Amino acid sequence: MKPKVLAIDDSRTIRELLRVSLEGAGFEVTSAEDGVDGVSRFPDVAPDVVITDINMPNMDGFGVIDAIRKGAVNSTVPILVLTTESAPELKARAREAGATGWIVKPFDDTSLISVLKRVSGA
Amino acid sequence: MAQPVEIAESEFIEFVTFVAGEQSFCIEITQIREIRRWSPVTILPHAPDHVLGVMNLRGAVIPIFDLAAKLGLGRITPTERHVIIIAAVNGQTIGLLVDSVSEILSVRHDRVQETPNVRADDTTTCILGVIPIEEGMTRVIDLGRIVPAKAEGAA
Amino acid sequence: MSINSIRDTFFEECEDLLDALIEGLAEMSGGSYEGETVHAVFRAVHSIKGGAGAFGLNQLVGFAHTFETVLDRVRSDQLEVDPELMRVLQRAGDHLSDLVEANRIASEVDEGTHASLLQALNGFLGIDPADGEDGGQEEEFVFEALALDLDLQDDIGGQTDGYEIRFSPNPALYANGHEPLLIFEALAGLGSLEVAANTTDLAPFADLDWKAPKTDWIIRLRSSEPEHLIDEVFEFVEGLCELSIEAIQTDPPEEAAADVPDLDDAAPDGGADPTPPAAASAPAEEAVKVVDLAALRTSPADAEKKQEPKAANGPRPTLRVDLERVDRLINTVGELIINQAVISQRIEEIGLPSGSGLSTELEDYKLLAREIQEGVMAIRAQPVKPLFQRMSRIVREASDATGKAARLVTEGEGTEVDKTVVERLADPLTHMIRNAIDHGLEGPEQRARAGKDAVGTIRLAAFHRSGSVLIEITDDGAGLDRDRILETAVSKGLVPAEAELAPGEIDNLLFMPGFSTAKEVSNLSGRGVGMDVVKTAISSLGGRVTITSRAGEGTTFSIVLPLTLAVMDGMVVKVAGQTMVVPISSIIETIRPGPDELHRFGVDGWLLSIRGSYVPIIDVATSLGRGVPDADVRDQVLLLIQTEGQSHCALAVNGISDQRQVVIKSLEGNYGHIPGVSAATILGDGKIALIIDPDAVVANSSAALRRVSDPRPEKEIANGAAG
Repeated sequence: MKPKVLAIDDSRTIRELLRVSLEGAGFEVTSAEDGVDGVSRFPDVAPDVVITDINMPNMDGFGVIDAIRKGAVNSTVPILVLTTESAPELKARAREAGATGWIVKPFDDTSLISVLKRVSGA
Repeated sequence: MAQPVEIAESEFIEFVTFVAGEQSFCIEITQIREIRRWSPVTILPHAPDHVLGVMNLRGAVIPIFDLAAKLGLGRITPTERHVIIIAAVNGQTIGLLVDSVSEILSVRHDRVQETPNVRADDTTTCILGVIPIEEGMTRVIDLGRIVPAKAEGAA
Repeated sequence: MSINSIRDTFFEECEDLLDALIEGLAEMSGGSYEGETVHAVFRAVHSIKGGAGAFGLNQLVGFAHTFETVLDRVRSDQLEVDPELMRVLQRAGDHLSDLVEANRIASEVDEGTHASLLQALNGFLGIDPADGEDGGQEEEFVFEALALDLDLQDDIGGQTDGYEIRFSPNPALYANGHEPLLIFEALAGLGSLEVAANTTDLAPFADLDWKAPKTDWIIRLRSSEPEHLIDEVFEFVEGLCELSIEAIQTDPPEEAAADVPDLDDAAPDGGADPTPPAAASAPAEEAVKVVDLAALRTSPADAEKKQEPKAANGPRPTLRVDLERVDRLINTVGELIINQAVISQRIEEIGLPSGSGLSTELEDYKLLAREIQEGVMAIRAQPVKPLFQRMSRIVREASDATGKAARLVTEGEGTEVDKTVVERLADPLTHMIRNAIDHGLEGPEQRARAGKDAVGTIRLAAFHRSGSVLIEITDDGAGLDRDRILETAVSKGLVPAEAELAPGEIDNLLFMPGFSTAKEVSNLSGRGVGMDVVKTAISSLGGRVTITSRAGEGTTFSIVLPLTLAVMDGMVVKVAGQTMVVPISSIIETIRPGPDELHRFGVDGWLLSIRGSYVPIIDVATSLGRGVPDADVRDQVLLLIQTEGQSHCALAVNGISDQRQVVIKSLEGNYGHIPGVSAATILGDGKIALIIDPDAVVANSSAALRRVSDPRPEKEIANGAAG
């Protein structure tokens, strides 16, 4: 079975880029367009990895991490945050919130897949 | 001398031949959508002589041209015996009023000859080339020359 | 899906994001806004930056980054929004949209604007131009330092035989979704690996907390790879574990071996610290988990309820559909309407006895078909809001260029209009708003003298009125200077010097090709567009534009547009034996004139006298090139219309046969433009009828060139016609 990725980003462009890159690498991708959408899809998708943007309407990336790590879902699924900032404090904040790792935008296919494999083994 | 005209790459080309103004003409079959009997059209104001008007073809408004008139061979007075060839060119759909449709002609592309270099008149500018047939010769119509360019309008 | 089509997606998305940005900025400039507005504005810029980065659009990324940084300060209350900041933010928004467009069509933006806006934005960040350069250099320094680092690493790498890594995960490492095995696999990719586990702290199986297995690892990696690659493997777990990485030198193999006995000693030390907190936190986590799981199992409905309010607050769900599909549907529905008309007509021809019930069913069919049509048309309908919001930029730019302060006030932004109309209105509106500021508003001194607010107001309003959409552009300027307009028109030979024109007719000279009233060529003039282009653009949408003006109070341009471009109400008439359709919207009334209401005028011209004024009669057939009128005007039916020039005309036709809604079919797709004809339609009998463009018919007609002096002011005619 293909490893499943839940990709949460409010930008259609980024969702498409992720989908194309990941599907090309043999992942099954479910997209969600904001935090609320992503968290609500989580139980059905049961992803092997979650990729989430930070800045989103309705619920931001930290909210997503929180909901998955604590809250109703309570899972230790690997969560990667997408960030344009390479600022160390943002990474630290994401890690503190429970993120497994991060992908710095703009990403290329190779680095995206290698990070994904690193945290999911998929 | 028998130079192939740039019409298609394939070995054989099919044409529909027809008569207009007592001469034989043909159009490549891929450009033809359908053939139907003449029915009265809606006249367009400020239109040139060879524009008969527009007709309703399943909800689309199709201009009908008198091919003989366009080629300078005199106007046809349409009757129910006349035929309209519906053809598509450059994204436009048009109808051509002709006297009658003759046959489907399948020829090797190298049998299509360049238009002999005679004086340019209304006919020769609309002809891509000629094909020898049993009854003499048929002329390949350049549909692009019949249709007014969209932008410039009809007048 | 290729990278190119994702690029298209990006630019499509940018349009939405820019709309959101402009909307948010407009709200902010209005003064009353919530934190969420700033967040939304930030997100729009942030998303553009993110997407642009993916396509290497560096200039766009750079600008968006600076813009975003300023917005970030605003949303975190580090920067207060004062008018100056607001001004810069709005212009940055405008520039961002220019940058997006420039990148879309691969052109360039104005360097000066770009630089000055960047400088202005940086100014709010406390970076002055000189510092800004330093900032750039600093970044370069960072890169250089990094490169230097790499060299050092490589040097060490040359001498390194391997690494000894002590890795002791905290519970948080597992909680964050990490898996030590994957880390080992990654390390194995760098060389040969030996892993030893110290499980002394591991709880008995029954008590084991799988979320925080207490295991320490000692890893020996034989590899000549530089240390930074090892660091990279542990990048994500930094701070979630105790970690030491030591390079092992090749020379003394005994030393390395000697380290091994230490393992057992070292590990408990490393693990000693985190153990008590781990033990304490584990049961707590377990408890939380149980409660939540229970909640999840017993009441999924609650979980749904929890989400409902959020969904309600968010944007309504929408569906993106290929426009072509919608248009195909609209076309097919058009066919359905025609088909319904054909069936109705056929059944009428049969002459069925009344009470057969068929007519009721037919009426239902008609209503259903109409309902489907309205529903389908509604898909294409869009609010004018984004269009109006774009105009605030035009006002700013025109205001800057002319030095006349102006504000834009909008009304009825929710009014919905066909998508094509919205799109094709952008240019005419832009031009009219520029005009309103350039020519409509007075200069500052003149406004002061008139006792007006120094800031001029441009009001842009949209509303529905009896099946049409009305859009008004109003300025509170000086009003049209009719003497000057007439003078200019005469001097340019547009009207004869002796012409006596009604006020409305003078106003309409503005729409004549090649007309310009600017006393001096301002920055905005000379763009090569006149109001005639505006008029043509609006006519092509089936609309009309009219002017009303009051000296000292301002000018209003009113645009009347059809709700949809697909259907219209038409009057079916006979012209020279052909069936044609005249848009009902342009007909004031129909008249069968008595002999004493008709007056010969000139060689073959006629005037209609109606309520005390004389109106020229235009024979439609003649105007459409049918030669001499084929019927005596005394046998004709007259359609009194109001032309764009606000004057009245009577169109003579052979007769009126029906009044109905018709489906508009373009003639231009397969044929081309015909003067005097706007489009065609298909009638119940399947025949095509041409739709007449009354204004063009009037313009075509030579009779229209003969000016008729009006014995009464325009206003009274209008009142008379209404009464």
